[in-house]
Amino acid sequence: MKPISARLIAVIAGYGALAIAACVLAPLVGSTHISLARAFDRSIPFADNVDAQIFFVARMPRVLTGAIAGATLAAAGVVMQALLRNPLATPFTLGVSAGAALGAILVLTFSTTVTLGALSPVPLASLGGALMASAIVYGLATRPGRTMSTSVLLLAGVTLNSFFSALILFVQYMADFTQTYRTVRWLMGDLDVGSFGPIVASLPLVVLSFGMFAVLPRSLNLLSVGADAAATRGVNVARTQRLAFLSASLATSAAVSLAGPIGFVGIVVPHLVRLMVGVDHRIVLPASALFGVAFLVGCDLVARTVLAPVEIPVGVVTAMLGGPFFLWLLVRRS
Amino acid sequence: MLRAESVSFGYGDREHAFSLDNVSVTIADGSLTGLLGPNGCGKTTLLKLLCGVLQPVRGTVTLAARTFEGPRPLHSMSRRELARHVAVVPQETHPAFEYTVMEMVLMGRHPHLSQFQLEGPSDFAIAREALAATGTDHLADRNYMTLSGGEKQRVIIASALAQQTEILLLDEPTASLDLGYQLDIAALLAALNRERRVTMVLATHDLNLAAALCDRLILMRGGRVLAQGPTADVLTGAKVRELYDVDADVEFHQRSGHLIVLPVKRLR
Repeated sequence: MKPISARLIAVIAGYGALAIAACVLAPLVGSTHISLARAFDRSIPFADNVDAQIFFVARMPRVLTGAIAGATLAAAGVVMQALLRNPLATPFTLGVSAGAALGAILVLTFSTTVTLGALSPVPLASLGGALMASAIVYGLATRPGRTMSTSVLLLAGVTLNSFFSALILFVQYMADFTQTYRTVRWLMGDLDVGSFGPIVASLPLVVLSFGMFAVLPRSLNLLSVGADAAATRGVNVARTQRLAFLSASLATSAAVSLAGPIGFVGIVVPHLVRLMVGVDHRIVLPASALFGVAFLVGCDLVARTVLAPVEIPVGVVTAMLGGPFFLWLLVRRS
Repeated sequence: MLRAESVSFGYGDREHAFSLDNVSVTIADGSLTGLLGPNGCGKTTLLKLLCGVLQPVRGTVTLAARTFEGPRPLHSMSRRELARHVAVVPQETHPAFEYTVMEMVLMGRHPHLSQFQLEGPSDFAIAREALAATGTDHLADRNYMTLSGGEKQRVIIASALAQQTEILLLDEPTASLDLGYQLDIAALLAALNRERRVTMVLATHDLNLAAALCDRLILMRGGRVLAQGPTADVLTGAKVRELYDVDADVEFHQRSGHLIVLPVKRLR
């Protein structure tokens, strides 16, 4: 067996190259053909360089949104699966996306104009909803000084998911057709954020949650073996669980408020990565974040081109790929 | 030396106030102590208190390691520090992901590594040695989930050995194993105790295993200690009857060289 450091370097180099390649090549594809060489040609002033403008202004925000949402959802999926000791958990299992959806739908239906910095009303409301859902589950599942019960976490998450879904249906019943249509579109997930503003606004939460992810992996290995097993090998289980829950919830909240509840990234990517690099979280976590970038940017490329000039929401593509994959996973496990 | 002084513990959801009531036990360095008693008597609870996974409601558990100046209460130590002195082998271990045997054993190195430190050559050497000591070195690259029950248990013991602690607590390590594996594990534990001076506490339902392996016994019933002392003094027909309500013959067995317990009939 090769030393872990060598495997880690190889994995980061390989998946990192894949992620960068996806982010550089994806903006080249679209209704107007542009040249990479011309886009990066410094001799032409930016104002006159149409290729550069299409590359950086028109297409790059969408690709970066895919990169951020892909990385955070995939990494959050890895953390959730270890925290819940369940390979079928997703970043949305504990109600974060349902909370975000409720927030977004309330704004889309009873439109308000509250903003916060670069956050416009819908992302702000979905972020609020996601954080509220996380806070409720956290409050239900934690007792001071005690470890979290994964069954209580799961039950709280599942219950909250259905309760919020009921509220969403209620709000939709009150809405008119235009509002309902916008709601449905939001639920499909969409990377077309239009500018760099929303991306910048999501960065603080993304950076914070990745900072928390960085200290977790070896403890996640032990936690996924069992809470008592982890404790007797020196893991502060209560602290690790809280950190895992908070980081995964914050990351998911940031991704969902930016791009909507794009499904299946958080389960397809970690499982594909585990098939390729094994299950050690020190390797799976960074590899999943990087592969999540390539996966979601790639899926969005399909979404933009397969029915061109019609662009389908990327959430539809990930769900079409992810649904059958999820079933395959279930069949393979049993 | 590990010592519980008048510890009480309750899960808070039972009719009885305490599942462990005013228990005092002493685990001497180098001893191999058997923990016997009927189901629900508090064996596992006591093990969890002795390794600090549970905190007693009353009383304290103290550890006097060789490097300590005096006994220190477990609650004053971090999980990490505690894990460098006390390792635990649970009855069964079910990881959520398909770790290799080597990865499972290397997890024992966790309390010896700093936050971002990766296992180095010395950690691999310790893990390989632990695999060799448990006769599982040929399994290093196998998927842990695909092993047999006996192989899994030996790998978990190897993982605990890689932790390099002076104390090892085992919760019914032979419960799900066939006769051959039971003897293998017993021989392995005896050798580790004898050759490496690993202090062990072994909770078990197998009275003959306890008689063969343990130099001391702690008998528990209903959350209290019924008796503790050298195996020869404590393991008697009268005590077995008191412990399990079972009429049993306890005799010295020539060929095995230790006491054997033959249950005859259930009383009550």
